[in-house]
Amino acid sequence: MAAIEILDLEKSYLVGFWRKRPKLALRSLRLTIEEGEVFGFLGPNGAGKTTTLKLLMGLVFPTAGSARILGLDMDDPRVKSQIGFLPEQPYFYDHLTARELLNYYGQLSGVPAKGRAARVEQMLARVGLSDSAGMQLRKFSKGMLQRLGLAQAILHDPKLVFLDEPMSGLDPMGRREVRDMIQELRHEGKTVFFSTHILSDAEALCDRVGIIHQGELRGVGAVAEVTSQKQGKVEIVFCAQAVPAGLTSLGAEARVSGDMVNAVLPEEQQDAALEVLRRERLKLISLTPVRRSLEEYYIQKLRPTEGQREREEDRKGVGA
Amino acid sequence: MNSGRRNANAGNPNAGNANARIGYIAFNTFREAVRDRVLYNLIAFALLLSGASILVGEISIDVERLVVVNLGLTAVSLFGVVIAIFIGIGLVSKEIDKRTLYTVLSRPVRRWEFVVGKFFGLTGTLVVNTVLMAIGVLLALLYVAHRFEKMDAWVLVALYFIVLQFLIVCALALFFSSFSTPLMSAVFTFALFVIGSLAEDLRGFARITQGVGGWIATAVAYLVPNFSALNVISQVAHGDAVPGRLILYNTLYALLYSAMAISGAVLIFQRRDLK
Ligand SMILES: Nc1ncnc2c1ncn2[C@@H]1O[C@H](COP(=O)(O)OP(=O)(O)OP(=O)(O)O)[C@@H](O)[C@H]1O
Ligand SMILES: [Mg+2]
Repeated sequence: MAAIEILDLEKSYLVGFWRKRPKLALRSLRLTIEEGEVFGFLGPNGAGKTTTLKLLMGLVFPTAGSARILGLDMDDPRVKSQIGFLPEQPYFYDHLTARELLNYYGQLSGVPAKGRAARVEQMLARVGLSDSAGMQLRKFSKGMLQRLGLAQAILHDPKLVFLDEPMSGLDPMGRREVRDMIQELRHEGKTVFFSTHILSDAEALCDRVGIIHQGELRGVGAVAEVTSQKQGKVEIVFCAQAVPAGLTSLGAEARVSGDMVNAVLPEEQQDAALEVLRRERLKLISLTPVRRSLEEYYIQKLRPTEGQREREEDRKGVGA
Repeated sequence: MNSGRRNANAGNPNAGNANARIGYIAFNTFREAVRDRVLYNLIAFALLLSGASILVGEISIDVERLVVVNLGLTAVSLFGVVIAIFIGIGLVSKEIDKRTLYTVLSRPVRRWEFVVGKFFGLTGTLVVNTVLMAIGVLLALLYVAHRFEKMDAWVLVALYFIVLQFLIVCALALFFSSFSTPLMSAVFTFALFVIGSLAEDLRGFARITQGVGGWIATAVAYLVPNFSALNVISQVAHGDAVPGRLILYNTLYALLYSAMAISGAVLIFQRRDLK
């Protein structure tokens, strides 16, 4: 069963003084996420990531389309007890302490009274807030709120977790902890759908990524596939003060830094290049095939497609 | 309206039940009000009342009871109405603005449960506040009259009516804030409180007005909440009884009126995009 099945979900906001002008925030999104998958939703600012999550959470209503979550219609009340949500820049009742907030949310999520307190303590420990558990949230820093946000998202042991920029506002240690936490969720068999700007996090964590830009899904790909695509090039690093002449003639692009040389050349010249190094008695440090990074994939997907360009033109035509 | 939704939920043990969630939300609202020092208004109230009773005790002999009841109950009513309006208009809109609602509504909490829970939380706060103030009024009464009389029981009825007024004011504040800005909601709610306090006069005026004006006056007079029927302060200050029929009628009226306002608020809120 698919964990999330988004069927042509579309959202336009009414903007302007009389709220007359529709502004398309999400264009006919169709996307399926399998159970147990960690899915990264990538896109620049204003792409429509948060809008998608708010639609799925029932916080805003779609202009068109629908979605199924864990096999149920997205506005079926039964869905809500099986999902967790971390909003972007989360904010909570600041008259409560962290412990009280989690207890309250546990009550609302139907966590049985027996064992609730223990569960709350466990979650506080998991996000490193045990020491501040009794402090009112008005005194919490941004990163502490983010940690608490993560704790409340997984408090009721949901099957499916939605995280909107889970690493934002966290210190390096905190980011590491969130990465570990997402890994743990994966091992527990949970489905994780998260949005992020940080491509390295997505690369490290996700099974698949979706790239969205200007409200339009530009591509979905398995991270392993995207990054395993070889470019037909290898990168050779070795010790030398200068680039040996033999290497340049093989078509290598080389860069000298200190007493190290970093050369990229076509794969078929790999043996010839090693031969040159041996002849010159230079010490080889590494040889790696050059892979496409997620970043390159991302940037490629952000370039306007044909259809996109045409629509852009149409829009200008209408506006004139 | 709600029973159908509740059935949809029946098969799911995890979702718990709506009443429990409404209770949790109400308690959290109450706790927030207390921690935001709403009950500090009691200090001002106590000062006012004790000052007044001491003063009255000094200057007159016969009218002490009249003054203390009149002044005490009027103060209870005004303090409460101000609290009801100022918290009521922020009950839902503040949660939308601060986005505290996101992590509540992504749980098994239906929007109507949230609104109803908030309403109960605020009215609960007002009931506690009123009970504490009522104790103050009764103490002041004891201070000036040195003993309770049978007619003092009617003071309790007047206090009960004041609480009924609060129900309506809270519901109206919630209703207006579900579609307009906090400032406008406060203005609308307060205006309705003032007009509603003159409802009996308005009805009298409507009866003697002819033509279209009469129709409009009648419509307005019966649409605005009838706060004047809920105000028996001067009556009980004079030691007059309150008919049992009025108690029943007012109770039903207040429940019905606030239920309608809350339903309106729910209907609007249910369709609304959160910012
Ligand atoms: N309440 C709203 N009213 C009008 N337009 C909105 C509203 N919320 C979002 N938008 C618009 O919808 C588009 C998508 O916004 P969204 O918040 O989904 O972006 P995002 O991908 O989450 O960006 P970021 O990475 O900055 O968080 C933006 O152009 C934004 O201006
Ligand atoms: Mg966003």
